[in-house]
Order: sequence, then C-alpha cells, then structure tokens
Amino acid sequence: MSQATLGRACAAVLQRDLTLAWRRRGDIAMPVLYALIVTTLFPFALGPENALLQRIAGGAVLVTVLLAMLLALDGMFRSDIEDGSLEQLVLAPQPLALMLGMKILAHWLTTALPLIVIAPMLASMLQLPATAMPVLLLALALATPMLSLLGAVLVALTAGTRRSGMLLALMLLPLCVPVVIFAAGALAAAQQGLPWIAPIAWLGAALALALVLAPLACAAALRIALDA
Amino acid sequence: MSSWIPLWLHKLGSPPTFYRFAGKLRPWMLALAIVLGLVAMYGGLVLAPADYQQGDDYRIIFVHVPSAWMGLFIYAVMAVSAFIALVWRIKLAEVVAMESAPIGAAFTLITLTTGSLWGVRMWGTWWTWDARLTSELVLLFLYLGVIGLYHAFEDRRQGARAAAFLALIGIINVPIVHFSVNWWNTLHQGSTVRLFGPSTMSGSMIWPLLTMMVATKCYYVFSLCSRVRADLLSLESGKDWVRRIASEEHPG
Amino acid sequence: MTPFLAMGGYAAYVWPSYAIFLVVLLADALAPVLRRRRVLRELRARLARQAARQQRHADTPNDA
Repeated sequence: MSQATLGRACAAVLQRDLTLAWRRRGDIAMPVLYALIVTTLFPFALGPENALLQRIAGGAVLVTVLLAMLLALDGMFRSDIEDGSLEQLVLAPQPLALMLGMKILAHWLTTALPLIVIAPMLASMLQLPATAMPVLLLALALATPMLSLLGAVLVALTAGTRRSGMLLALMLLPLCVPVVIFAAGALAAAQQGLPWIAPIAWLGAALALALVLAPLACAAALRIALDA
Repeated sequence: MSSWIPLWLHKLGSPPTFYRFAGKLRPWMLALAIVLGLVAMYGGLVLAPADYQQGDDYRIIFVHVPSAWMGLFIYAVMAVSAFIALVWRIKLAEVVAMESAPIGAAFTLITLTTGSLWGVRMWGTWWTWDARLTSELVLLFLYLGVIGLYHAFEDRRQGARAAAFLALIGIINVPIVHFSVNWWNTLHQGSTVRLFGPSTMSGSMIWPLLTMMVATKCYYVFSLCSRVRADLLSLESGKDWVRRIASEEHPG
Repeated sequence: MTPFLAMGGYAAYVWPSYAIFLVVLLADALAPVLRRRRVLRELRARLARQAARQQRHADTPNDA
C-alpha cells in the first residue's frame, strides 16, 4: 500500500469522526457541563475557605476531568458498532491499529480538548494559584491522551457486551492510578515550589509508550471482542 | 505443535482427561492443605514465641503474608495461562485462567481484611493509605475487572478470551502501579512501617510461615481442580463424556 | 487455655483474622461443589426432557 492512500485513509477516518461529532454538538458539551457541576459542588461540600480549596484544587480538577472523560468513554465506538462501520474498518485493507489511532485522536479532540480548555477556569474557581496553572495544563495535556488511549483498549474489549458503563470504570481504575498519581504529584510539587519536572517526564515517557502500543492493543482487543 | 512437548501433556489438555486427572488430584491436595495448614497454625499460634515489640498481635502474619503471596502468585498463573489461551487457543488454558481469578480475589480479600485488622494496632486505624495496602486494593480491582468482563459476555469462550487479554494488560500494570504507589507514598508521608525485617524473624517464626505458604499453594491447586471440573462440565455439557457422568451420578 | 485464647490482649484482632481466613476459603471451596451439583442437575433435566420428546415421537408416528 502506498504512503498516499494510507494518509488519505487516515484523514478520511478523522474527518468522518469529527463531522459526526460536530453534528451532535450537544454531546461534546456534556462532559464540560459535568465537570463544571462537579467543581461547583466541591466548595459547597467542603466549605468556602480559600486555603482549603487551594490545597485540594489540583487533585480535584484532575479527578473531575478524569470522571468527565470516563463519562464520554463509553460512547467511543458505540455508534460504529451499532451501524456496522467498525466491522468494515476491521475488514479494510488499511492497518486497523492506525485507523483506530485516528478514531482515538478524534475522540480526544472532541472530549478531552474542551475539558483542557475549561480546566484553568475550574482551577481558578478552586483558587489554584496562577503559578501552578501552566503545570496543570501540561499535566492534563499528557494525562488525558493517556486516558483516551488506555480507555480505548478497554472499550474495545467490551465491544461485544451489551452494557459496560460500570464495568468500564472498574477496569479503568487500576490503569489510571499511576496516571493520576504522577499528574497530581507534579501539580502538588509545583504548588509547593518544588521541582516538578520528574513526574511530568515519567508521564511523557508513559504517553510515548502508550501512543505506540495502545492502538495495537486496541486492534487486538477489538478482533477478540468482535469474532463471534 | 512442537515435538519437544511430551504426549501426556497434549492428552492432559483434552477436557475429559483433565477432568479425571483433576478428580484424582483434588482430595490429595485438600488433605495436604489441611494437614499442613493445621501444623502451620499450631506452630504459629502455640509454638512461636510472642514478638518482643508487637506481642501476640504479630501472629496475624501467618495468614496475612501467605495470602498476600498467593494473591500475586495466582495473578501470575492467570496471566501465563491467559497468554497460552490467546496464543494457542487452548480451551483448558482459558478455563484455568478464568477459574483462577475468583480464588486470587478471595486471597486478596483475605490479605486486605487481615491487613487492616493488623493495622488497627500498628497504625491506630482500620485503613491507612500505606503503599502495600493500596497496591493490594488495586490488585483486587484488577481481579474484579477480569471476573466482571468474563461474565459480561454472553458467549463464554469469547468472554474468556477478552478477559484473558485484560489479565495480560493487568500484569504489565502491576509493577507500574507498585512503583507509582511507592513513589506517591514517600511523597506524602515517607513513614512506611516495616512490619518485619530479616533481623526480627527467628526460625520458630519462619517455618510456620513457609509451611502455611505451601498449604495455601496446595489449597489453590485443590480449589482450581474443583472449579475447572465444574466449569468443564457446563462448557462441554453437549458432549458424551459429560452425559455419562450425569447419568452415572444419582441414576434416575 | 485461657491465656492462649486471650492472645496477650490481642484476641480481638488475631482470632477474627484466622476466622476470616478460614471462612473465606471455606466459601471458596464450597462454591464449585454447589455449582457442579447445579450443572449436573440441569443437564439431567435436559436429558430427561429430550428422552421424553423422543418417546412421544415414537408413540405417535407422523401419519398425517
């Protein structure tokens, strides 16, 4: 297969998914709204003291974004399985892993990117100091693709089952523990004025690994889950 | 397959042969587990002297630590048979992997509850975010994820293959979780209580521990045998050998 | 015997630990026994239904 057709196939998959997402703009707003609601609830539950909110701000925003992503994860391949286009993709001559990588990219662009955009607002609602804001954005920029990639593998595994919402959360928890630990660790270090580059570097290394391996694992998982 | 694998191993892979083999192995393993378990408990509860720091509280170690070892050991067995199941598509390997998961989850649950019972005196609370306790909790979630995914499929073999894949992802994840949780723990408190070091363990404490470890291994083999037998019966319920067993037991 | 049961004041922690260990493993050991019994019972019921159906077919040859 020539380089050109492969590139065109990738672009086509990406364009298709983005177009479909754009036609249902309301669904893109859902995770953002959810994150906003959860963040609003924290001060009501914990009291409006600035010092306390400042201390939990980083972790609270991270966990909120993670849960909002989990909310949207379930639907990653849902419509494609229902209308059979995912099976077409499996049968297509193009490498499945690459095509799935494009689908994951489209999903990340439509769910995680809006969350990253509003994350500074959420964080300032919880009084996160402005000095820690760049680290928050950096941590989110590395952690959310990780979650999309890991989540995609699990969503592919549950492709053959009827209902998977709670199961997905149960399966994702062990995988996202390290991601949360390093992202929150970097944030906490930045807030205390300590060097935060080490956990960010770990996250980056993990992301580089996941970028290569997760689409392959996703393709293998999909083949297992779809052969009936 | 390659010729270096002996013939009896191929034969053992066939369900009726393994069913009979497991039936013969089962009672021996149970007897061994009970005898060794009783010896270890006698050694641990009666013969071993009280610890000079923790008094008699440390005797929880004789059930806690072997259970923790088993939790990890069974996960490793599950991952290896999951790998075999995915690569060579051997039905028995799928069954072994899937039936190991509940046993591993049971041992992990024991580890967590006895650990927190121990922690009441060690840390002053039932639950603390200690590195090892947290890793153990994550291990329990890994087990529950595998069990849950297996049961979410209508087709049992397809569910087994998907869950086997998840088990393989999990075995990559276990060291990462352990490393990150350790890092997180030192970041936040840095005061992990050493439950036991090599210097404080005397011989009279070591041998009941090792005996209990062998006993739990035997118990695992026993439990696995009975679980695999039950599972093979329902998987192969259309086959002749299962019908024969059904009509032989309780005729009429 | 009493000092042994008291476990030097730690009876409330040591004995529940051993009890949990034994109870959980006992439950784990009983589960497959019950499952095996259920599987065999269902299988026998199915075989009996099949036999009955064959019997009925044999009794009323399709002369229609």
